[in-house]
Amino acid sequence: MKRNLSVRIGKLVLKNPVVVASGTFGYAEEFRGFLNLKKLGAIVTKTLTLRPRQGNPPPRTCETPSGMLNSIGLENPGIEVFVKEKLSFFKRLGVPLVMSIASEEDPAEFVELAQRIDALREVGAIELNISCPNIRPQASGSRLQAKACGVQPAACSSLIAQDAHATHSLVKKVRRVTTKTLITKLSPNVTDITDIALAAEDAGTDAIALVNTLSGMCIDVEKRRAALAVTTGGLSGPAIRPMAVRMVWETYQKIRIPIIGMGGIIDTQSALEFIIAGATAVSIGTANFVDPAISQRIVEGLQAYLLRYKIKDVHSLVGALLL
Amino acid sequence: MARQLNAKILENARIKGSYFRSVLLSRQIASHSRPGQFLNIKVSSGTHPLLRRPLSIHGVDKKKGEIRILYEVVGRGSEILSQQKSGGVLDIIGPLGHGFDLRNLYPVTRNPILVAGGMGVAPLFFLAETLGQGPRKRHALHARVLIGGRTKEQILCENEFKSCGCRVEIATDDGSRGFKGKVTELLERMLRPPNPVSRIPSPESRIPIYACGPRPMLREISRLASVYHISAQLSLEEHMSCGIGACLGCVVKTRTGYQRVCKEGPVFNAEEIVWEKSFRKGGP
Ligand SMILES: Cc1cc2nc3c(=O)[nH]c(=O)nc-3n(C[C@H](O)[C@H](O)[C@H](O)COP(=O)(O)OP(=O)(O)OC[C@H]3O[C@@H](n4cnc5c(N)ncnc54)[C@H](O)[C@@H]3O)c2cc1C
Ligand SMILES: Cc1cc2nc3c(=O)[nH]c(=O)nc-3n(C[C@H](O)[C@H](O)[C@H](O)COP(=O)(O)O)c2cc1C
Repeated sequence: MKRNLSVRIGKLVLKNPVVVASGTFGYAEEFRGFLNLKKLGAIVTKTLTLRPRQGNPPPRTCETPSGMLNSIGLENPGIEVFVKEKLSFFKRLGVPLVMSIASEEDPAEFVELAQRIDALREVGAIELNISCPNIRPQASGSRLQAKACGVQPAACSSLIAQDAHATHSLVKKVRRVTTKTLITKLSPNVTDITDIALAAEDAGTDAIALVNTLSGMCIDVEKRRAALAVTTGGLSGPAIRPMAVRMVWETYQKIRIPIIGMGGIIDTQSALEFIIAGATAVSIGTANFVDPAISQRIVEGLQAYLLRYKIKDVHSLVGALLL
Repeated sequence: MARQLNAKILENARIKGSYFRSVLLSRQIASHSRPGQFLNIKVSSGTHPLLRRPLSIHGVDKKKGEIRILYEVVGRGSEILSQQKSGGVLDIIGPLGHGFDLRNLYPVTRNPILVAGGMGVAPLFFLAETLGQGPRKRHALHARVLIGGRTKEQILCENEFKSCGCRVEIATDDGSRGFKGKVTELLERMLRPPNPVSRIPSPESRIPIYACGPRPMLREISRLASVYHISAQLSLEEHMSCGIGACLGCVVKTRTGYQRVCKEGPVFNAEEIVWEKSFRKGGP
């Protein structure tokens, strides 16, 4: 018997809870031929900005124990080119499209981006990437964050997602201009993730995505240089999973809106950890690089797990941690 | 179109020192591969290492459906690969990337020059083999191959190149084989006009160069190509994660901005590349 895998994120209905994470799935067409894209719950684009961004100099990645560091720097062609050249692919695909957006300098850009996306019928939801650790060297994140929270840069930390007030203010501004499902993506580089999640919920986000990468650094001791050209980057992969599961669990206990959980999911078991901790949907990131068909196999794996435990609906697993 | 599949390992053996050659069975990949393309190989079933390892396609046998790779053990990933037994299977993705462009080569009257530094012989041998067969028999080209290495221990495939009709010249830094010096010095001697005053380019200068090797070597070839007005195609490396163009990790700076080594590359025209100070070079 078929089990119900379908979940709701805001107004969006996903046929299953398996999503592919921003920045790890390109614009989906790269993965054509490796899996059946139609099987996915939703696809999140690489983060887009108002203007094209060339990104950081190489080396941009470095492998670490059970993970990797990246400092891509949000390289993307800008929203206009995306809409012109990539969007039609999704129209034909029929899988909910989530557009991830960010701004380099000015929170007003988030608003402008959201306004433009609001008019695009192909787009199911907007994900606010307020947690990318890789855009500081180019445009000081602190300036952006300062504008968002209305104080001097010195008083602010670097990412919007590191400050509850800044998060609240930004989500609220964007909420005003779009009726599309709004997902706010949080950073694990914080003392208490639930403060930020609560702020985003209060400001009207429909869902929380967590986590983005954990800030990290790796050194080549022979050369006595950082492995990444820009010194620090974002850690992803199985190495961050226990931390990410813990953050989902903590957040789940405090908020009412759905959580899209991610961080080091590489198979069905690790996806289930997030669901049981409280995630309504899960997002596959780095694992797409290792096995481009993994997301589809996780969908099948979840189905099998529900059958095995005679669970009718995936919802009854969400936050079903036995205490 | 690249595929992900399990390929049977027909052979995996040390050829000398820390160099290994494997033969894998995949009719699909063998029949679609072109010189300069690569495979992205999952070497471990666990998460350390987590990412795949890119290795050039060293040659194919389309009839038998075989693919060859040639690699050096330099770290954990290649170490694990070297321990795989024949009879086992490897999870591979390929053929990936944009290989050498051979379109402008035919019809030609002279044979192209291949310059390999160390492991650079891996993709260039596939190229030499392909040129040796030609699109048609009468168009077979026998490349002139220059191979460089620190010592004779780093010189690979000399006989293989010879057996497909190539003329091989060798350069070693320590002079333990062939010319003592850089392989690019050998190349420059070949390109330099016989009479420097006349400024008439040597006949070699109309011949395309294909090269693969360490960055400094490729950079020097790029310089020579511009001085002598020759076209050169370079196969570049950069740290790679996905190998299919999604992560934007393996970029190199070009005149038109960053381009992906795994997608637009690994082969680029020399004049496209913007050479910058290598972040990996240098030391304390
Ligand atoms: C398109 C492409 C084709 C390649 N073809 C071949 C080939 O035919 N034969 C071969 O022996 N090698 C080839 N390489 C390099 C090969 O991928 C690396 O040597 C290998 O990934 C090292 O893995 P490891 O786990 O053994 O070493 P690691 O422990 O990962 O690294 C060991 C050392 O190698 C360096 N390194 C790791 N990956 C790369 C990389 N992608 N490029 C440059 N340096 C790297 C590291 O910085 C480190 O100094 C190719 C690389 C690319 C990008
Ligand atoms: C190479 C790379 C690029 C990424 N780019 C983005 C991005 O553009 N926007 C974003 O919100 N997250 C980005 N991420 C973060 C992932 O979406 C995800 O939050 C993180 O990697 C944790 O999940 P994982 O461990 O499954 O990869 C990127 C991650 C990687 C590895």
